[in-house]
Order: sequence, then structure tokens, then C-alpha cells
Amino acid sequence: MVPISHYTILSAVLFAIGVLGVLTRRNVIVIFMSVELMLNAVNLSFVAFAKHYGEATGQVFVFFVMTVAAAEVAVGLAIIIALFRNRETINVEEINLLKW
Amino acid sequence: MATALFYIFAVVAVVSAVKVVLFRNPVYSALSLVMTFFCLAGLFVLLDAYFLSAVMVIVYAGAIMILFLFVIMLLNLGRKEMMDAAVGRFRWLFVLILLGVLLAQVGFVARQAWFSGPGPSTNTALQARNTEYIGELLFTEYLFPFEVASVILTVALVGVVVLVKQEKRRLPEGDQASASD
Amino acid sequence: MITDFIEILVKIAVALGALLGVVAYMTLAERKVSAFIQHRYGPNRVGPWGLLQPVADGLKFLFKEDIVPPHVNRVIYLLAPAAILTPALMTFAVVPFGDTLPLFGRDIRLQIADLNIGILYILALTSLGVYGIALGGWASNNKYSLLGGLRAASQMISYELAMGLSIIGVLMITGSLRLNEVVAGQQQMLWGVVPRWNVLTQPLGCLLFMVAAFAETNRAPFDLPECEQELVAGYHAEYSSMKFAMFFMAEYANMVTSSAVIVTLFFGGWHLPWLIPENATSLGYSLLKIGVFAAKTGFFLFVYLWVRWTLPRFRYDQLMRLGWKVFLPLSLANIVVTGAALAFRG
Repeated sequence: MVPISHYTILSAVLFAIGVLGVLTRRNVIVIFMSVELMLNAVNLSFVAFAKHYGEATGQVFVFFVMTVAAAEVAVGLAIIIALFRNRETINVEEINLLKW
Repeated sequence: MATALFYIFAVVAVVSAVKVVLFRNPVYSALSLVMTFFCLAGLFVLLDAYFLSAVMVIVYAGAIMILFLFVIMLLNLGRKEMMDAAVGRFRWLFVLILLGVLLAQVGFVARQAWFSGPGPSTNTALQARNTEYIGELLFTEYLFPFEVASVILTVALVGVVVLVKQEKRRLPEGDQASASD
Repeated sequence: MITDFIEILVKIAVALGALLGVVAYMTLAERKVSAFIQHRYGPNRVGPWGLLQPVADGLKFLFKEDIVPPHVNRVIYLLAPAAILTPALMTFAVVPFGDTLPLFGRDIRLQIADLNIGILYILALTSLGVYGIALGGWASNNKYSLLGGLRAASQMISYELAMGLSIIGVLMITGSLRLNEVVAGQQQMLWGVVPRWNVLTQPLGCLLFMVAAFAETNRAPFDLPECEQELVAGYHAEYSSMKFAMFFMAEYANMVTSSAVIVTLFFGGWHLPWLIPENATSLGYSLLKIGVFAAKTGFFLFVYLWVRWTLPRFRYDQLMRLGWKVFLPLSLANIVVTGAALAFRG
């Protein structure tokens, strides 16, 4: 029987790796993938707590997180494609028109 | 047996997640992320969330990541000039800061009551009839979020089509070919 | 505990062996059926009636020179055939290919894994089948392969939706995701005469599922991504010998698994309505039930071949239009009507 502490620590580690990806990579798509990694780390945490407390609410919430993540990925990739068409780059350091 | 499986899935998930961040080629990153999702689906099965593990594979590994792969392949991002290196100078600093924050969080959370004890209740109906239980909840108690989620998906669908639509090119004068459907 | 483990291993070995054997002989069956439809003989020189042809083909593939072109992305090039063959073979794990078999003093249930999310497992593995094709097309570093791979992948994704939604009617009628219970639910008689097969209670769902299965397995008339006249054989243009054979094996394995799933979901599985009495559990009857399942699956494999050599293929835009504008609304309407009918009956 794996105690919930293990799952929580694993979720925290995955989340931290996702944050690292967002902060250090310059490729917009890899940044996006790291965001997905963060979302899934949180999903793991929710499901672990759902089992711990015997509540189904955790699992229902994960269902909604997945739905919203799917919609977000679709829109985000559409934005990336539109960006690529205009600027021919996906390097976030070059997409800096709004920078002061 | 369950503990061994947990450690296998956990280690592979962490290693794949690290490779997502470290690979230069975005296709390899995407495939590592798929591996991470598989491991997470396995962990969900260990946590008795059978429906969610299947939905994870169907939606995340089977649809969202394919969308990522499509975009990467169509934008031809595997070419040498498209691949970048991680930001060299500050990377180790970020790693150290994050490790520090992570350790502080774990240290704080480890003092909570729920951290090192068995759960207060086990819901056998949730484990035995997982899909039916979640289905009943979704259509009774969480009906409003369910409908809102469907609106979100519709809005995303319309938004995506609008965002990637290209303007029709104007044909030269005197050559009014009609667009066939 | 150990005997359970051995039982599962034996079941896996038997199922895999049967699956791969059927896949090998499907190559021969395809050529023979196409020859029959085209009014000529098929292969008939290697062994009686050409029965050793698959053996000859297998040996040919093994001895052929295995070329890995220098311009490909090696890792993914070698991974893609495996990525497409693995889900194709794994899907068979939840299909019940018979009732229980009373052997060695125990009742062996003829299903490798009785998951409580059986149908979702099949849908999950179907969505994973897209990876091998997309990656194979991309790794070949060849614009025709890439386009062929992406076309095939988007075709498969579009028809996955129709496939998943068309089974929901069956789910609602059965009330469970387990394939065992889907088969058990089809054993009663409707009006005392006709078995309650889901093809009779869900005709539209059955039709949608069958056509979507054709599109999922990239079989004609939906085989534009891989036909010879377009795209120079598409995503497997750069593959040779055993890896090419693996793509083909995966396609046939997908066909066999789709036929098995169609039989299980809509045509009563291993159930033969009038000849086998209820609760017959002797060894002879169990073997007969396996034979019934095999015969039904074989019939649907023949339907696959028949359709391929009879109908012309769809153009890509017609295919996508059919998947999104026709099948998706029809399957949603199927769900609504089935739900209303079930609610009306109380």
C-alpha cells in the first residue's frame, strides 16, 4: 500500500520539472509541453487525494482539467501556427514586440 | 507488487519528464511526454481511477500529443536551425532555486496530518464501479460544470478555425474562377 | 497464484499465435479473394492451392536486404513499425474469444484480461495506432512520406470519433463497459425467435462502427494514404523488407482485431443462438463456441476483403467530409435516439 506522501512528492517533482521547462527552454512548443506536464502533475495529486479521502470529486475534477487542457492545447497551437506564419520563428526570445 | 509498480512508473515518469525538458529535438520531447503520460495512466490505475487512466490515454496521449506532433512536423521544427539549446547561463541557477523551493514545500507539507497515515475512508463503490460512479456524479452534482465544459470545447473549436484561417488570395482581374466546394 | 500466471501466459501465447497465423494467411486470402473477384487464379503454385505462399513470403522478407537509408532519422525510423504493431496486437487482450473452457479441472475463461473498462481500452489503443504512421512518415525525411503519414493520421483521428461515439449506444443498452457483459447481454431472445444481437437493436451504430473501422485500419475504400497510385506508397515508401512487412502485419492485425471487436459488440461474440443450449459448459460446446467466434470473425474479414476489391477509393476531401459532416452527426443522433428510447422504456 503506497502512502499518499509518495504520490504527493512525485507530483511536486513533476511540477517542478515542468516549471523548469517553462523557464529554461526557448522553443515555444516545448514550453507548451512543459505546461501540459505541470497540469498532469496536478492531476496526479488530485487523483491521489481522491483515493485517500474516498471522494470521487478529485476524479471528476481531473476530468474537467483534461477537458480544459485539450481546449487550451488546441487554441495554443493555433496561436503558435499563426505566430509562425507571421514571424517565421518559434523562439520566444524573438517574439518580443511588446517588450519595452 | 503494487509498491514495485509504483516505483517503476514513478522513476520512468520522472526520467521522461526530465528528457522532455532536455531534448533539443522537439519531436523527441513530444515522445518523452507521451511516455510520461503512459506512466501517469499506470499510476492512475494503481490509484483505482480506471476511467481516468483510459481517458488519459485516449485524450492526452492519443489526441493532444498527436496534435503537438502534427504542428511540430508541419512547421518542420526538426531542422538544425530550428533547434535551440536551453538557456545556458542561468539554467543551473534555476535548477537550484527550484530544488530549494521544492524541498521547502515538502518539508512544510510533511508536517500535515494526512501526509503520513492511511486514508480516513475507502470508497469501495468508487473502486468497484468506477465509471458508473463518476458518470452519476457528472450528470447530477456536477451537471453545470459539465455543460460549461462543453461550451468551452465549442468555443475552442470555433476559435481554432478562426485563428488559422488564411485570407483568400485575390485572383487577377479578368480571371474570375469560382471556388468549387 | 502460479497456476493463474501460467494460465494467462498460455492464453497470451495461444491468442498471439492464432492472431499472427491469421495475419500471415490473410495475405494469401487477400490475393485469393481478389483473384476470385477478378476472375482469375490467385497464387496457386506454392503448395496446394497456394497454401504455403505466406511461408514463402515470410522467408522472402526475412532474407531481403534490410536497407536503412542514410537520410532518415534512425531512432524514429526503427521505432515506427514497432509503434504501429504493438497496439494492433494488444487490442486483442480484452476480446472474449469463447466462453469458459473446462480443462484440467478448472474453468478457464477465454479472455486474456477482463478489464472493467474493456471498451475504453480498445478505444485507447486505437488512438495510439496513429503514432506509428505519423512517425514513420516523418522519420523517412521525404515530403511524400510526410504528407502520406499526416493524411493517414488525420484520417484515423477523424474516424476515431465516429467509432467511439457509435459504440455508446451499445454501452447504454448493456449498462457496462466489460466485453464479457456485452456478449452476455446479447444472449437473450427478442420476441422469442431472434437473438438480441446488437446489430438488430443498434443498426445505425453497427453500420457506423463498421465503416469507421474500415477507415481506422486504412483499408479500402479509405486507403488513400497508402495506395500505390498516390503519394508513391505514402508513409512506407522508404521502408524495406522486415520493417515494411511489419507495417503490413500491423494493418492486417488491425483488421483482425476490428473484426473481432465488431463480432463481440454487435454480432453476439461466441454465441450461436439456436444450436447451443443455454449454460452448456462441456468441453465440446466450449470448443464449438470458439469455432463460432472464429467463423464470425472470418466472415467479417472476408467482408473487409470483399469491400476492398469491389469499391473504388475515396478522395481525401470526400473522406474527411464523410467523417466529420456525416458520421459525427449521425453517431450523435444515434446516442440521442437510443437514450430517448431507453428512457421511454423505463
